[in-house]
Amino acid sequence: MTIAYELRCRGCGKSYGIQPLSICDECFSPLEVAFDLEYARTRFTRESISNGPLNMWRYRALLPVADSYAPQTPAGMTPLVKAPRLGAHIGARNLYLKNDAVCMPTLSFKDRVVAVALANAQAFGFTTVGCSSTGNLANAVAAQAARLGLKTFILVPSDLEPAKILNTQVYGATLVRVAGNYDHVNRLSSQIADRYNWGFVNVNLRPYYAEGSKTVGFEIAEQLGWRLPDNLVCPMAGGSLITKIRKAFSELVALGLVEDKPVRFFGAQATGCSPISTAVKNDTDVIEPQRPNTIARSLAIGNPADGAYASRAIRASGGWAEDVSDVEIVSAIQELAETEGIFAETAGGVTTAVTARLYAHGRIHPDELTVSCITGNGLKTTDCLSGAYERSEPIRPRMADFEAFMEEHTTESAEASPEFSQVLALAGESYVR
Amino acid sequence: MSVRVLLPNAFQKHTNNTREIASTAANLPELVTDMEGRFPALRQHLRGEDGQIRRFINFYVNEEDIRFLGNEKYSFQEGDEVLVIPSIAGGCC
Repeated sequence: MTIAYELRCRGCGKSYGIQPLSICDECFSPLEVAFDLEYARTRFTRESISNGPLNMWRYRALLPVADSYAPQTPAGMTPLVKAPRLGAHIGARNLYLKNDAVCMPTLSFKDRVVAVALANAQAFGFTTVGCSSTGNLANAVAAQAARLGLKTFILVPSDLEPAKILNTQVYGATLVRVAGNYDHVNRLSSQIADRYNWGFVNVNLRPYYAEGSKTVGFEIAEQLGWRLPDNLVCPMAGGSLITKIRKAFSELVALGLVEDKPVRFFGAQATGCSPISTAVKNDTDVIEPQRPNTIARSLAIGNPADGAYASRAIRASGGWAEDVSDVEIVSAIQELAETEGIFAETAGGVTTAVTARLYAHGRIHPDELTVSCITGNGLKTTDCLSGAYERSEPIRPRMADFEAFMEEHTTESAEASPEFSQVLALAGESYVR
Repeated sequence: MSVRVLLPNAFQKHTNNTREIASTAANLPELVTDMEGRFPALRQHLRGEDGQIRRFINFYVNEEDIRFLGNEKYSFQEGDEVLVIPSIAGGCC
């Protein structure tokens, strides 16, 4: 029987077959799933993909699940939309947004990785799953574990946004609030995973989980009509997503689904937690850990597990990384919502603000095809906008009152420019047909 | 003066399944030397080709990353609990 994939050490290359394990016992480097691309060549084609379901499982031939696996957790296939109005604000003429703010079922790209992780948890026979999370992962694990009938223990920093806590508890998950930041939670998770025989999504199932991120890259290429963008802008917490999108693009090139071309990768962080962007700016892959202090809590990882790989990938691609202040993050959330009708969480504010800066500093040319990744929904982090909008006094249900209101509030309204309408219509072509 | 050192599962193969040791090391370099003395098989795995401790291995003292405490310059205190974690897991996007 042909083995489609196996675990392999990213440091020394030792093979580990298929088992719930994330660390090499020889050099202690992380393990990664490596696919037999020759075997995939006949199974991962444009045709087989277009015959697949309208979700991330259409790419299953390059996801680490058994051939016999019947997907039970549809996620992904989120819109890729052209962003002409935001582009006009920031000096971009060919900007697209990959909108995982509407990834189902829990409104972040984490639904993708969890779908793959829990498929493996089931295959390995785990009946309890756990994770450490800054929120989005907690939501995704809780929801999908509920659907699969798995018990859950979810560890989060105690200062997590209330919406993310509620969106975990509602699924019946056991939530463990830890007095500390994500890095403290994460370290405790490593100890728990050593002690208990659980499927820990981001510990012993991590190599499988991380592969789910590739579907963001596969979708972008397919939605662009099977071609790669010139540039990709991606938020970074642990640094995994940006490296996995790059891996997805490489696999597509290797299998001949897209034409090879250089893609530059750009990483986005909050200045209050910027160990990877700092490393990129210093032209090194040595990550100095930081103590996070930012409203972008979903990116607040001071000791990023994939930081070295992310920095290396960005620099090798000719890209760059930037970090932005909390004030810029909130402004960017508002700007994205006002121009494109997309309400992103704080991480999306980070990505949008960094994207704007990359154009402003001339690191991205206005005409280059650039995709900016929005990874989570603004409804989860509404507290960062508290006080941003006045609560208006109600008017009486009388026409006179309304007219008075209008007189007071008439401002220049947004107009549907013909130029933008045409671009938006064309963007519709980028949805999967 | 003695500190309690907790070893991860990934080390067990090279430590005859020892999960915990008590060490009188005064600081991190001394602790690494102590560990290598007790478990000779661990030495070649702890250090890369350059002789340095591999970058993926993290040391924590009482819940804090030792790099925030001065790293090699930090002097262990009586009763410190030292946690060794290879390849810290986790990571969102």
